[in-house]
Amino acid sequence: MTLSSNEHWSLSINPEDSAALIIVPGGDWRLKNSLPDTDSIRAYLNEHPDQQSLTFNSQLITHWDTGFCTFLISVIELSKTSGIKTDLSGLPEGVRRLLALATAVPEVKDTGRKPQSAGSLEKIGQFVIDLLRGMPEALHFLGEATLAFIQFLKGKAQYRRSDFFLIIQDVGPRALPIVTLISFLVGLILAYMGAVQLQQFGAQIFIADLVGIGMVREMAALMTGIIMAGRSGAAFAAQLGTMQVNEEIDALKTLGISPMEHLVLPRMLALIMMVPLLTLYGSIVGMIAGLIIAVTAFEVTAFEYYNQTLRALDMRHVLVGLSKASVYGVLIAYSGCLRGMQCGRSASAVGEATTSAVVTSIVLIVIAASVLTVIFQSLGI
Amino acid sequence: MTALAQQASADKAHIKLRGITMAYDDFIIQRDLSFDINHEDIFIIMGGSGCGKSTLLKLLIGLKTPATGDIEYDDINFWQSTQEEQTRIKQRFGVLFQSGALWSSMTLAENVALSIEEYTDLTAKQINEVVSYKLALVGLAGYEDFYPSEISGGMQKRAGLARAMALDPEILFFDEPSAGLDPISARRLDELILELRDSLKTTVVVVTHELASIFEIGNNSVFLDVETKTMIATGNPNKLRADCPEAKVREFLNRGVK
Ligand SMILES: Nc1ncnc2c1ncn2[C@@H]1O[C@H](COP(=O)(O)OP(=O)(O)O)[C@@H](O)[C@H]1O
Ligand SMILES: [Mg+2]
Repeated sequence: MTLSSNEHWSLSINPEDSAALIIVPGGDWRLKNSLPDTDSIRAYLNEHPDQQSLTFNSQLITHWDTGFCTFLISVIELSKTSGIKTDLSGLPEGVRRLLALATAVPEVKDTGRKPQSAGSLEKIGQFVIDLLRGMPEALHFLGEATLAFIQFLKGKAQYRRSDFFLIIQDVGPRALPIVTLISFLVGLILAYMGAVQLQQFGAQIFIADLVGIGMVREMAALMTGIIMAGRSGAAFAAQLGTMQVNEEIDALKTLGISPMEHLVLPRMLALIMMVPLLTLYGSIVGMIAGLIIAVTAFEVTAFEYYNQTLRALDMRHVLVGLSKASVYGVLIAYSGCLRGMQCGRSASAVGEATTSAVVTSIVLIVIAASVLTVIFQSLGI
Repeated sequence: MTALAQQASADKAHIKLRGITMAYDDFIIQRDLSFDINHEDIFIIMGGSGCGKSTLLKLLIGLKTPATGDIEYDDINFWQSTQEEQTRIKQRFGVLFQSGALWSSMTLAENVALSIEEYTDLTAKQINEVVSYKLALVGLAGYEDFYPSEISGGMQKRAGLARAMALDPEILFFDEPSAGLDPISARRLDELILELRDSLKTTVVVVTHELASIFEIGNNSVFLDVETKTMIATGNPNKLRADCPEAKVREFLNRGVK
């Protein structure tokens, strides 16, 4: 009796007597030939509940591969649940040995896995819990970073000087082109925006004040901070995250070397030093952009502009700008290293760490920028 | 007729290398490699570490171009074929990389399923069955939902093997499959390799140092030498052990005893 077939294969059964079922597959049983499932056999067994044994006759099989094996595994599973004895001796030799190999190691049932379906409420809850859990972790990291910094001040921190200089090179000189470009354009925008208004009063000379103070106090630090978050914060997270994936950080720990001192400290130091320097450089580039606009479009002479800038700027403004830049440097290094060290052990986790590092540092920078501006203003600096 | 045709295809070499030189830029690793890998061989690539075994494997799976020479698969010259033909040839390969190279952001089941989803039109249920069967073959039944980072190195290796076998490839390539496996798993792996050859007629190419498994499973081999930068022996490793004219090969196969 044929249960099912197509142009490649057939599946028949041969009910010898009422209790012993012989399954007769024939033809080409390879995966590409859209093989049958066990439903027809299941239906037959349901109709004939008195079956006691199941055997195979595979003389009509011409080709077989994995598809045949998985079909047989389902049949064996089925007969087991129906309490029927199976006898595999009618199968090709190779199939029998493969099945024996597949069943040699029993399936691990107790793998400590929880089912992962969760309702939307549960997901929201989990999100909040994760968020709250993240807080102490971030604080812990901050504490450890501070301890490492204290070790450094005492001159006892273990880190490789050569690493440190490589990082300096990477976050400092190599960032110059992009900082130049962005600062120049920001200076240009500031100059134009102000000049159009100031020209109405014939006060174009104050472009120098606007651009000078604007760049030095706020814009240079902010723009450099955002550039460095995208450039170096992301790089730090990706580097540390990849090291986490490759167990390189575990390897450091087993040697008794603190990853905080060895990896995080030099990165923090490098950024704390380099972001203010880049900011200073960015302010100068921005002011040059202002000068060019003022001279070419608004009839101010270069000498006047220069003098006006000197008059407008004093040390106070420079210090405010530099202290903001240092704070941004700390925040970028902190977010980059934190996300890198928290990274999971897969390629996509590295991607998440990188994204999260950039988002975290930009959010922190903008918050810090507002808070610091309010503080400095209310202190009258 | 069919029997005759089968006979003919069995006589022809499955992979044929002629005058291969492999190099990284100007740095020559091995030169003058010419040997045949026959249908249903279990072919061992052996030699000291750093002699270029992994590089040769990369060459055989079409990841690396030879500096000179030709590789033929069933008489089709790989590097003179069109892009589509090369892809078609490569689809017949299954590869287990030295480090497992599982995709870290996918579960074991997804790792094994990827090529099946890509190249067949099985239903989701059938794919699940195939995946479970392949994982069971390497002794990992029940680990479908684990991520590579959550299992041991040896298990990663076995999962890599399950992935390599996913499409019942014609040729399986292994780079040091038993390194990092416990003796029992290593033995099971040898059995599995023999089984795949016997029942699915797979040709197997293995890079290995394990003498026990070289003699147990290998029926053909090539020995690459670091110093002369070329092959110094090819043939059945059991025969080479006894009467290879090269002392180096005998020493290697007798565990350093000359
Ligand atoms: N990507 C690469 N670039 C340059 N040289 C390489 C590269 N990979 C391997 N090599 C060199 O090729 C030689 C052979 O390496 P490999 O094939 O990995 O040896 P093994 O036989 O141990 O598998 C070594 O000397 C190694 O330094
Ligand atoms: Mg190697």
